Amino acid sequence: MKGRNNSDKSSRRKFLRKLGTGIGVVSLTGVPGASVIAGSKTESGEKIKLLSPEGRLVEVDRENIRPARETTDYIKEEARKGLHGRKFVMVIDLAKCRNARKCVEACQEGHMLPKDHEWIKLYLLQDDRNTAPYWLPRPCFHCDKPMCVSVCPVGATYKRDDGIVLVDNQRCIGCKFCMTGCPYSARVFNWKDPEVNLPPGQAYDPETNIPPVEGTVGKCVFCADKLRRRELPRCVTACPMGVIYFGDLLEDSITNGEETVRFSKIMDERAGYRYREELGTLPSVYYLPPFQRLFPFERGLEDVDEETRLRYRDAGPR
Amino acid sequence: MQADRKLLYDLTPELTRTSTRWYITFFIFFAFFAFGIYALILQIDKGHIVTGMRDNVVWGFYIVNFIFFMGLSYSGALISGVLHLFHTAWRKPVIRLAELITVISLVIGPFFIFFCIGRLDRLYFLFIYPRIQSPITWDVIAISTDLVGCFIYLYLSFVEDFAILRDFDELNVAPWKKKLYRILSLGYSGTPRQRKLLSNARTIMSAMIIAIAIIVYSVLAWIFGVTLQPGWHSTIFGPYFVIAAVFSGTGLLIILMWIFRKIYHLEEYITKRHFVNVGVLLTIIAAFYGYFTFSDYLTKWYGSIKMDSILIDKLFNQYYSLFIFANYIGILLPGIIIAIPKFRTIPNITIAAIIALLALWVNRYIIVIPTLETPFLPVQDPRPDWIKYTPTWVEWALTMAGVSIFAMLFMLVSKIAPVISISEMQGKDQNEIMK
Repeated sequence: MKGRNNSDKSSRRKFLRKLGTGIGVVSLTGVPGASVIAGSKTESGEKIKLLSPEGRLVEVDRENIRPARETTDYIKEEARKGLHGRKFVMVIDLAKCRNARKCVEACQEGHMLPKDHEWIKLYLLQDDRNTAPYWLPRPCFHCDKPMCVSVCPVGATYKRDDGIVLVDNQRCIGCKFCMTGCPYSARVFNWKDPEVNLPPGQAYDPETNIPPVEGTVGKCVFCADKLRRRELPRCVTACPMGVIYFGDLLEDSITNGEETVRFSKIMDERAGYRYREELGTLPSVYYLPPFQRLFPFERGLEDVDEETRLRYRDAGPR
Repeated sequence: MQADRKLLYDLTPELTRTSTRWYITFFIFFAFFAFGIYALILQIDKGHIVTGMRDNVVWGFYIVNFIFFMGLSYSGALISGVLHLFHTAWRKPVIRLAELITVISLVIGPFFIFFCIGRLDRLYFLFIYPRIQSPITWDVIAISTDLVGCFIYLYLSFVEDFAILRDFDELNVAPWKKKLYRILSLGYSGTPRQRKLLSNARTIMSAMIIAIAIIVYSVLAWIFGVTLQPGWHSTIFGPYFVIAAVFSGTGLLIILMWIFRKIYHLEEYITKRHFVNVGVLLTIIAAFYGYFTFSDYLTKWYGSIKMDSILIDKLFNQYYSLFIFANYIGILLPGIIIAIPKFRTIPNITIAAIIALLALWVNRYIIVIPTLETPFLPVQDPRPDWIKYTPTWVEWALTMAGVSIFAMLFMLVSKIAPVISISEMQGKDQNEIMK
């Protein structure tokens, strides 16, 4: 643990040196990166509280804050490495899901996705007419043997040390081979200009995939930006049912924001499995079967709007 | 270099004069081509939303055209390469056509994969950030090698002809053409040493382009085969695609033989014998191709892994007529027409070739599209165009543009060099070649 923190710090120091400006800070207010010019002559007197890389709260004069545009390279470099000494996993409890779609909404909002882009998708599945139907939330599985990464001709999509698979949409050429390679349809394509309004000068961050770029591929990023800030992914916190658990396999602990459980224990007790294990892609997302579900299955269809209902018109035993 | 007078008088008129009909035809093709360019500009401007491709069917007409055009390039490898290696005499009047098909379709093919790419401005990333794990990188290497190889092979077959045209004083062509022949003939004058070098080079290249062509088309098949998608994840795809490619190349060769024979009045040189021989080749290839198709679908149907049976079910319902046309009519009918001696007339063989060619295109379509419409997780979407792929006019326009540029390039080349190789034809026993 200690080693991890050290390397974290040293890489951040590198970043500061790169900037050559003095103190680097990560804003509390949500500005993704900012630099502070030390010893600036004019001071407004208005102080802003910021969190230093070491986790200390510091006060800085507003006049001294500059948007850190130069940090793109740093962000991209760090986003390729990932968080050292981590192996993220997600566990989805199918017994609790009732198609509330809050995960979808939070994801779309957090990643500035247009309404028709769903990085996490809700499927209505029924394996056979004699078996029970169930709702299946499907994020990207962040496979340990990711087909999308193998087939990418330019290294735009990559696997990090912490298990997360990301897309660099400044590298992506839009050949869509990863989309045919992914057996889980986890990837979406920007078929047209995404038209998102960004604060001017915001640097591209592969950990959020913001801003999206026309003609490139996007997908669930496991909220890598939030993980860097030691926060839970958006879909986990948004789910009203606590369906989605997230955690670190190496720590053997996962949480849905309300309860924290041992990964190995819940896998054992609830007979956790991975979707289509036989494909050999080794997903990082596990499912708990819809055993003794909390709601009758019908609860998923009545609260949704007409368009959502329309998408399940052909759903049935397969 | 002097050549047989009769040959020169018969084969060179198209180089010296150009009919109004030629110009009109060329203009029509050009109009189609220009319309395709307009569609392409629109697609680049508005994004791929103007095509029928969506998140499930991410590859549509373009990839079908890509593998189709790449397949046509087999005509040169087989007819020209194989027959050259075996010293088959009757090949001589048709090899130039076969080699031209190869190079021209190889030039056009890759453009269709470019249309499929979301960010054309980053195309050079393929070279500056290449990853050898990706079958697309294999493709980049294989296709560029093939293009160079086939171009060299084509050029080697042209050198002697350029020398003959350079030395043919009565040839009444524009001075720039004469100059072109002088430059391109590389000072070839037919000395025994030059002859030997050229002949050796052509033999080596004919063997090489066969190998390269097999690699290129296998790599192309592996783009599909290496994925886990139902219908694509098949070990048979490499050889299956190779044989399908030879099938289409041979089919197109017959069609072009018919067109040029008719329009350039080459009845004396391209005879029924050539149609029958190439037709028989087509039938033999059709048998192999049908066999591969059958074993691919039989194993999928009989073993019936769930995803495979969903796919087969879709092919036999939603795609029923296309499936029947591509895999029954398109394979059996050409075979029957050519196999029965009574039906073996030049128009019949040409019709058989047209059916074969169209059916093969449809076969590519029903390999690519239904699989993409049948992902492991069912497509659950309120938008109909996300569920079912329908090509838009943009994709049709670019497809037509591809066909047009193919025709235009052929028409242009036929004005610079004869479509029948003069050097191959001369000094040979004409009976052996033509009868």
